[in-house]
Amino acid sequence: MLAYIIQRIAQSFLVLLVVGAVAFSMFRFVGDPIDNMLGQERTQADIERLRTQLGLDQPFPVQYVKFLAGAVQGNFGVSYRQGRPVSQILVERAPATLELAAVSGFLAISIGIGLGVFTAIRRDGFTANAIMSLSLIGVSLPTFLIGILLIYLFSVELGWLPSFGRGDTVRIGWWTTGFLTESGLKALILPSITLGLYQMTLIMRLVRSEMLEVLRQDYIRFARARGLRDRAVNFRHALKNTLVPVITVTGLQLGSIIAFAIITETVFQWPGVGLLFINAIQFVDIPVMAAYLMLISVMFVGINLIVDLLYFSIDPRLRADRTGGH
Amino acid sequence: MTDTPLPQDAPLPEKDPSRLSLWWQSDFMYTFKRSPVAVVSFTVFALIVLAAIFAPLIAPYNPFDPGSLNLMNGFSAPMTPNAFTGETFWLGTDDQGRDVFSTILYGMRISLFVGAAAVLFAMVLGITLGLLAGYVGGWTETIIMRVADVQLTFPAILVAMLIFGVAKGITPVEYRDQMAIWVLIIAIGLSDWVQFARVVRGATLVEKNKEYVQAARLIGRTSPAIMLRHILPNVLSPVLVIATISLALAIIAEATLSFLGVGAPPTQPSLGTLIRIGQGFLFSGEWWILLFPAVTLLVLALSVNLLGDWLRDALNPRLR
Repeated sequence: MLAYIIQRIAQSFLVLLVVGAVAFSMFRFVGDPIDNMLGQERTQADIERLRTQLGLDQPFPVQYVKFLAGAVQGNFGVSYRQGRPVSQILVERAPATLELAAVSGFLAISIGIGLGVFTAIRRDGFTANAIMSLSLIGVSLPTFLIGILLIYLFSVELGWLPSFGRGDTVRIGWWTTGFLTESGLKALILPSITLGLYQMTLIMRLVRSEMLEVLRQDYIRFARARGLRDRAVNFRHALKNTLVPVITVTGLQLGSIIAFAIITETVFQWPGVGLLFINAIQFVDIPVMAAYLMLISVMFVGINLIVDLLYFSIDPRLRADRTGGH
Repeated sequence: MTDTPLPQDAPLPEKDPSRLSLWWQSDFMYTFKRSPVAVVSFTVFALIVLAAIFAPLIAPYNPFDPGSLNLMNGFSAPMTPNAFTGETFWLGTDDQGRDVFSTILYGMRISLFVGAAAVLFAMVLGITLGLLAGYVGGWTETIIMRVADVQLTFPAILVAMLIFGVAKGITPVEYRDQMAIWVLIIAIGLSDWVQFARVVRGATLVEKNKEYVQAARLIGRTSPAIMLRHILPNVLSPVLVIATISLALAIIAEATLSFLGVGAPPTQPSLGTLIRIGQGFLFSGEWWILLFPAVTLLVLALSVNLLGDWLRDALNPRLR
């Protein structure tokens, strides 16, 4: 067991090193950093000085190690476009994305599990079937179209909710939050629904199919035969046993919520990290792109690792499998 | 297939049934004809493809010909006449007087072309690497599958964005708009090869131990020949399913990237670019510039998705 955990952690580090190499080569080979930082009027001496200053005259392996050392300390260089340290920009933008992701994740999990259980128990009911058909359309609908649709309905036609930005925010230390003001909360509604809808349908369909599978099992029949009430059977016996795959998928989806936030943030002009990344791609702002890549891979690899280890500790059968054969 | 064997002296059938009628009567076509969802979605998809191919013949205007544009026609609502010729703009015009119906037809062309080319690219790459990994094994397999694992950790759309960004940084500024379509194809294709590689590798591992492969090896066929001529045809059916689903995903991915402004440029607008342009006019009340491209994209994505779903069930022997 210990061997597996160590092996898994080592693997994660290897992945991060590879991603680091990709980010580093983006820095090094896409566009010339000297060109980007110095203006038109430069002398050969200026170029040489900056080259030594940035350490670009050193051999590649040395540069790579230095890049990694900087990245570990949160130092990703200076944005070509804004002329400020990338880490500073990221810290400013992170709260917006994290709050949006947290609310969407919460919506997706709570509504997704609720609807999943409902559609499984009433599998032939009219409402359940309607929800299932709607969810199929929800899966095919691209995220940005959902966002535009919501904006059109609730901002343009009804005028109830704002269509862009975060509203008023309150500063607590370095963190800015939109949870404490009315306009901040209002601004959060449409983006979080847009972002969470896909994950919600995914979780719902998963919970439903797992529930249907479990409800067929003998122990459910026995629980009913013992005269337990429906609610106890459905929730305590059935739902509990569907949760293992749900946890895995939900965990893995957490990462994609952060990634898909790019799309939602663009639709709603939400001032988060995703919008920053899209603008960085449009203007080929390599340091920001590299930093975002590193940040998101740490997050993804971390989530994957945690999910794997969790899975491993929840399901004892897996332990026997992994250590035994493959 | 009939279970009762024909008696030896039975008269030969009048003539051999043609391959077309054989195909028409196959199990596959039988399930197709029996499924209304499949028939409808296939018809819709086929109509869209035909409309895209024959766009220059169908479209009343050429949206890329500045001579046919006139600002006097800007923001015409649907079903209003052209101020000069009196022809009707069925779906209205945009701010520059471009006929929305024509731009959609040309936009579908680009969306479908990018989607299909990206899937083709992903398929060729995935099949090649999957066959190599499965058949050769050893270090080749380890490296290919590790790369696949790492890439699978990240959502495809993110990978595509990064590749697009890097490619944009490498290409000189004056070529960026021209190259954008090809960069998109490569970016989406590279973000999507893993699925193909994994499935092909899995199927190859099963096939390579079968007797026909051993026989082929015994008669001295070379490894590339065995992989391409013997194993490949036997692993193609799951590839077909993934390709259909990938096509829907690739079309949506392309639309998303173009919508975000990191895809098809306004000089070669795809459906996503049109939606991006139309979003700007949502608040001033010109809803048609946004709505019609959006509906087209939705219908296109939905029909391919449903077709893929049906294909998966139809080709899955366990569900028969």
